Amino acid sequence: MMADSIDTTHPAPLPIKGLRAIDADIHPRSPRRADLLPYLDEYWSEIVMSRDVDHLELTGYPESAAPFRPPNQDMNADAASMGRAHLDPLGLDAAILNVASGLHGIFDPYMAAALCSATNRWLADEWLSADGRLRASLVVPFQHPEAAVAEIQRYAGDERFVQVLAMAMGETPLGRRHHWPIYKAAVDNGFAIAIHNGSSYRHAPTQSGFPSFLVEDQIAQAQGFANQVGSLLAEGVLAQFPAIRIVLIESGVTWLPGLMWRMGKDWRGARIEVPWVKTKPAELIRTHFRLTTQPFDGPAEPGEAEKAIEHLGSEEMLLFATDFPHDHGQNLLNWPQALPRKMTSRIARDNFKDTYPRLEIGR
Amino acid sequence: MNEMTMERQAETVSPTYGVVDCDIHPAFSERSELARYLPARWQEHLRDFGLRTGNPFAGSMPYPRLTPGNGMRRDAWPPSGGPPASDLAFLQEQLLDPLNIEFGLLQPLAAGSSVFNQQFGRALCTAINDWQIDKWLSKEPRLRGAICVPQEDVEGALAEIERRASDRRFVQIAIPPRALEPAGRQRYWPIYEAAAHHGLPIGMHSAAYGSRANTGAGWTSFYIEEHYAFSNAAQTALTSMIFEGAFERYPGLKLVLVEGGFAWLPPLMWRMDREWTRMRNEVPHLTRAPSSYVGSNVWLTTQPIEEPENNRHLYDLLRWIGAGRLMFSTDYPHWDFDHPEHAFKVPLSPQDRRAIVRDNAISLFRLNAEAKARA
Repeated sequence: MMADSIDTTHPAPLPIKGLRAIDADIHPRSPRRADLLPYLDEYWSEIVMSRDVDHLELTGYPESAAPFRPPNQDMNADAASMGRAHLDPLGLDAAILNVASGLHGIFDPYMAAALCSATNRWLADEWLSADGRLRASLVVPFQHPEAAVAEIQRYAGDERFVQVLAMAMGETPLGRRHHWPIYKAAVDNGFAIAIHNGSSYRHAPTQSGFPSFLVEDQIAQAQGFANQVGSLLAEGVLAQFPAIRIVLIESGVTWLPGLMWRMGKDWRGARIEVPWVKTKPAELIRTHFRLTTQPFDGPAEPGEAEKAIEHLGSEEMLLFATDFPHDHGQNLLNWPQALPRKMTSRIARDNFKDTYPRLEIGR
Repeated sequence: MNEMTMERQAETVSPTYGVVDCDIHPAFSERSELARYLPARWQEHLRDFGLRTGNPFAGSMPYPRLTPGNGMRRDAWPPSGGPPASDLAFLQEQLLDPLNIEFGLLQPLAAGSSVFNQQFGRALCTAINDWQIDKWLSKEPRLRGAICVPQEDVEGALAEIERRASDRRFVQIAIPPRALEPAGRQRYWPIYEAAAHHGLPIGMHSAAYGSRANTGAGWTSFYIEEHYAFSNAAQTALTSMIFEGAFERYPGLKLVLVEGGFAWLPPLMWRMDREWTRMRNEVPHLTRAPSSYVGSNVWLTTQPIEEPENNRHLYDLLRWIGAGRLMFSTDYPHWDFDHPEHAFKVPLSPQDRRAIVRDNAISLFRLNAEAKARA
């Protein structure tokens, strides 16, 4: 190829800096016991000491495994390092912190509640107060819905927390009615619901059991997201909470059109089973679900990737994200090759408005 | 009388015979210790991908124990540093010497049998067995090892058994009761055949995690429930091995249920026999009453010994189970440690006590020759 020819397939890199983008998925380090002790009462302080509750990492989202490890441990150690390593070079207007620790895997519902509360207070004090660009997902104990509701209400006035964090594979499908009080509290207070990659290992991640390799486990996570979309739709959560917005974080994106088509076909024949699903599934999904763009399971050719995105049938569903500092082998400084340039403004900023009523940036 | 106290001292004079402790948990001095026994390829795998098992948490217990170090006796931390039971000298000083332990059976609680990657599982089991020899068996003749095998990978398990069977420092084959399938399924039979062939009992130690919920109704919330459910896992393994016909096929197969307690056994035997009389046509391969296999093929270790509200009810349990089936264990260095002088809240007859505390294990694990040589 001539050096001066115009490459329309691989256009010149577009720096993120200058777009005033919002990043829908960045990860602070997971807090350790020493971080949380100031936020625990006397009972829980003693419990976490005597019972060795310190390092909380999901086998189903192993942040210490090599593929997840940041090249430099300091990159997400605190708000200042995160700002220097990520927010500054990308010129981000805002970025949403997701604590992807083992909170969702805790068996004891009261311990889960105590550690979720402590983690939120740690986020507020150590991160959100340190950098005005930072926002966070509120962690709540899905193991204890009443405590989860109380935690959401406690933070109703703190709009730096923009969504409530759930996990792709938990103990029961997210559409089940025992989770509904959590959705009511979230929707009443303008929180979105976020579903993040990961499993509490209450069940194997596949219908045939636990696969041998982490690579298989991570591939299977897309099934978890798909099943949660199916559950929230079929159980009637979308009908019950018309304002609900659900953000699928690190789902891979391109599996969704196939689900829309298949559930749409089945809905035509099976809708009498779920009479509360009054609109065709694809439309409901487009209204209520959002997807973060990292990682993106697409063809290598940008033109083909654009077609895969077109299959969503909406330009309003994608939210820019980097999954920083987890390494996907990309140069994060530039706009992802797979994402259509014509949608840059939508993906980087505009789509956040409808998704996050509590996020004033981008308005 | 306080029901938690002993009726009287079990022994006023320490008996002249030694104790066989069937459940001692040796520990790594540091997290990296096991890695040194792995080939480079698997050291790198461990570093990059960790130990992937059905435990929801990487690097911590699914149900945190109540004392530091994952449920350790608070007095068991060696003065030299490192975790409890990681220092041979202190193990000798705190356990083997004062309790007059004639033989101590190691139960390494390592992930070799549980990792999802079965090739890694093979390497881990080999490493754990090499580590037992290197750190413990070659240095302390009172200690005996357990051959850890990757039970889901039967070929790998057989290779490891063949590698170790002639080394008499290993006295049993260790597999967890929470396998992918009930323990009696025929896919596991080659392991039982090898065990029977080599005269090595299968030691099934309670496992803190598996690939299935820890109760039939789902996951428990609390450790106190989970720990009880260990006895359910033992019951499931035993029932399966009986009804699938493993003992029928391999009459010489010996099963030891470790750290599952035993108060559940008489009701289970009655229930198995009652249901069997209703449904024996479903299992025509059983030639005799299910409970009878317990008397011929099954042993249980005593810790954590159940403590009846009325101490004397322990006698009924012993009569129903038979003192010949029970073998003493301490579970050192865990918090619920049983001491041979204090575990039994009623005085045992001299014959029963000697059988439980020593002779049953000496005989089952074929330790007679060495015991005689030492005497």
